[in-house]
Amino acid sequence: MRKREYMLGNDAIARGIVEGGAQVISGYPGTPSSEIIGTLASMKERDFYVEWSVNEKVAFEVAAGAAMAGVRSVVTMKHVGLNVAADPMMTLAYTGIKGSMIIIAADDPSCHSSQNEQDTRRYSQFSLIPCLDPSTPQEAKDMIPYAFELSNRIQMPVIFRPTTRISHGKSDVMLGTVTENKPVADFQKELERWVMIPKNARIRHIHLLELQKEILRELENSPWNELEIRDDARFGVIASGIASVYAKEALLKLGINASFLKIGTYPVPENQVRTLISNSDRILVLEEMEPVVEEQVRMIAQQAGAAVEIIGKMQGPVPRIFELNADICADVLAEVLDLERTAVPSDVGEDFDYNACRIDLPMRPPVMCPGCSHRATFHAMKKVYGKDAIFPSDIGCYTLGIQSGTVDTTLCMGGSITVASGMYQAGEKKPICCSIGDSTFFHTGMNGLLNAIYNKADITVTIVDNRITAMTGHQPNPGMGKTATGEDTVQVSLEALCRGLGAGFVEVVDPYDLERTEEVFRRAKDYRGTSVVITKQLCVIDAKRAGIRRRSFTIDAEKCTGCRICVKLGCPAIEFDTKAKKASINIMCTGCGVCSRMCRFDAISEVKK
Amino acid sequence: MSAPGISRFDLVIAGVGGQGAILASDIIGKAAVKENMPVRAAETHGMAQRGGSVVNHIRLGCELGSMIPLKGADVLLALEPSEALRYLEYLADDGIIIVNTDPILPVTVTSGLCAYPDVGEIISTLREKRKVTAFNATEAAKEAGHAQSMNVVMVGAVSNYLPISVDIMMECVRELVPPKTIDINIRAFEIGRSMAQG
Repeated sequence: MRKREYMLGNDAIARGIVEGGAQVISGYPGTPSSEIIGTLASMKERDFYVEWSVNEKVAFEVAAGAAMAGVRSVVTMKHVGLNVAADPMMTLAYTGIKGSMIIIAADDPSCHSSQNEQDTRRYSQFSLIPCLDPSTPQEAKDMIPYAFELSNRIQMPVIFRPTTRISHGKSDVMLGTVTENKPVADFQKELERWVMIPKNARIRHIHLLELQKEILRELENSPWNELEIRDDARFGVIASGIASVYAKEALLKLGINASFLKIGTYPVPENQVRTLISNSDRILVLEEMEPVVEEQVRMIAQQAGAAVEIIGKMQGPVPRIFELNADICADVLAEVLDLERTAVPSDVGEDFDYNACRIDLPMRPPVMCPGCSHRATFHAMKKVYGKDAIFPSDIGCYTLGIQSGTVDTTLCMGGSITVASGMYQAGEKKPICCSIGDSTFFHTGMNGLLNAIYNKADITVTIVDNRITAMTGHQPNPGMGKTATGEDTVQVSLEALCRGLGAGFVEVVDPYDLERTEEVFRRAKDYRGTSVVITKQLCVIDAKRAGIRRRSFTIDAEKCTGCRICVKLGCPAIEFDTKAKKASINIMCTGCGVCSRMCRFDAISEVKK
Repeated sequence: MSAPGISRFDLVIAGVGGQGAILASDIIGKAAVKENMPVRAAETHGMAQRGGSVVNHIRLGCELGSMIPLKGADVLLALEPSEALRYLEYLADDGIIIVNTDPILPVTVTSGLCAYPDVGEIISTLREKRKVTAFNATEAAKEAGHAQSMNVVMVGAVSNYLPISVDIMMECVRELVPPKTIDINIRAFEIGRSMAQG
């Protein structure tokens, strides 16, 4: 009997990778993609190789190399990671691959955990690499073995693009059988294929364009596109990926009779679009983010000389931003079909208008954990550099330092040191001190540091080293001496690395020791040139997991003057009673002791046994 | 209310990152699969986990998307009182609220930036709008053996309304909680179930 399991979308994707017989899997963590490799790496029995790579370009090339050698590979990342990996991708489209390769780039409409909401389907159009777009976790799992086969038939990588609601959705998933046959790595030298000198690139570009007809033919016949023509309906709906289940729910709810084309592949199935066009007077296109399908439908209709009216997001009313849902789809349908509309608030949660509820709700933003060492680093940094200093920052838990006033810019992975350098080179006279995490430094920060040192930027680079890739769910990185699967490996020293890159000032300090951290920052500030301060302290979540227990702290109410200096630290463990004008420490205290070092009245001390 | 042909039972679980909302929805989702029902669920991961507001959607007997429409949920299970209010719009007009009355103060309140509303006032506001079962689930969890089993107390409470047999629910509690805590969590489930009965 086949087995049905309750699974996270990313676990279903991992299962698809196993069922498809993958041999090499690489990736860099990024929400909402991280659990795919997390699941594969924690499997007790494995007959594949899996790694956390240092960045997406590196991960992409590792997977590309494996597929050039003839095996089945997968690379995983979040949507913005594909920008980092775009360089090898654009040319791998020319060379193609020998075995099979799947590029998994998870999109994040509504920016739940991202700096933008770019649409990976645009990369598919740009690179001419086909793309699969699942509508449910089941389909996500089933698409992976198909993608391996497709990739092998067309000798090209295939993009697979789940969105947050697929990756972090859960569903019952019917498991399939695991492919036993696996190709053996055997790289064949073919210079005109693998060496993209101009002469060869020109020929491969022609090949890539010719291949498009075959790709379209393959996808037209795939199970991921479904057309249902209703003879009594002259209204058609086209919906892609996850929007197709929202659209179906809205049609059912409103009882609308419409022909329906569900799209799960790019390029879109042209014949099915043409059939729908010839059977409809009006077509509504429902898709999240960019009007990728809509543009194609308009183009196909124009080529066919059809007089069909096409409604989508290019001229309204479908939103081009944020996630869709069944409510939004129903509202769009009601507007288009002139039905009665009910108000649809844009979002329930933090941004919702609660006037109707009478009680003002306190905001509950995500914050750094109680005892997080980043809070101490930022406190010392702000004290030494002053609030007028410029604090470029990066991507990680420490971005939450926006609440400490020490995050002035966040652009992209590794963008802190380089933005800081650019400001200095622009003639900025204010002190500049940037912050970047350990994993982000290994990702693309080190190139920026090399550049800053080489070009003599007078800035301070703070590496907030919490010994883990924390924000995405605690993945190991090269500073930790562990691989993705938990094997021991070399522990790369950040200090030695920075010195190797040419830094003349490198200091390592425990940020819980506020006085010494401030002293190090003062010397770094005075240093002429690029100074590096590494604030090293284990992530509190990992410290707890590692069994490190510190005694918590308490505030002596008699000594507390209500000055609120400790409260301004913003630690969730410190509370302030506005009536009694006293601070107190709650049960969330992890015993970092930073507040006790700040108190000028000696009111905070360790709880005695 | 969940609609025929779309979903059989729609549940929203609201709470604060760290309270165990994901384990609560996993117990229910897994139990539904054992009952041979299709299930869809949506969870909050990433940024929002760091002590932020979290909301999970679970749709039992649903083969479409995981997001419950506004005014669509049959039950709103709130692990924290202010979070019940925050996600109230998901609940159907004739839906039911089960709420833990034990508040968790956000950092905006502990640092004195905003005030936390009076819990009694939150509950009476909820009662004006819907049928409400309110009790201190954190205290009930302590009674069962550990405050951390609060999420399982709440699962026990909502089990009265789910189209899933209580035996299968308890089987899934056993399978999903850490082995050392099974007895505590079974007690927590039973206390919660009795709290919301009738």
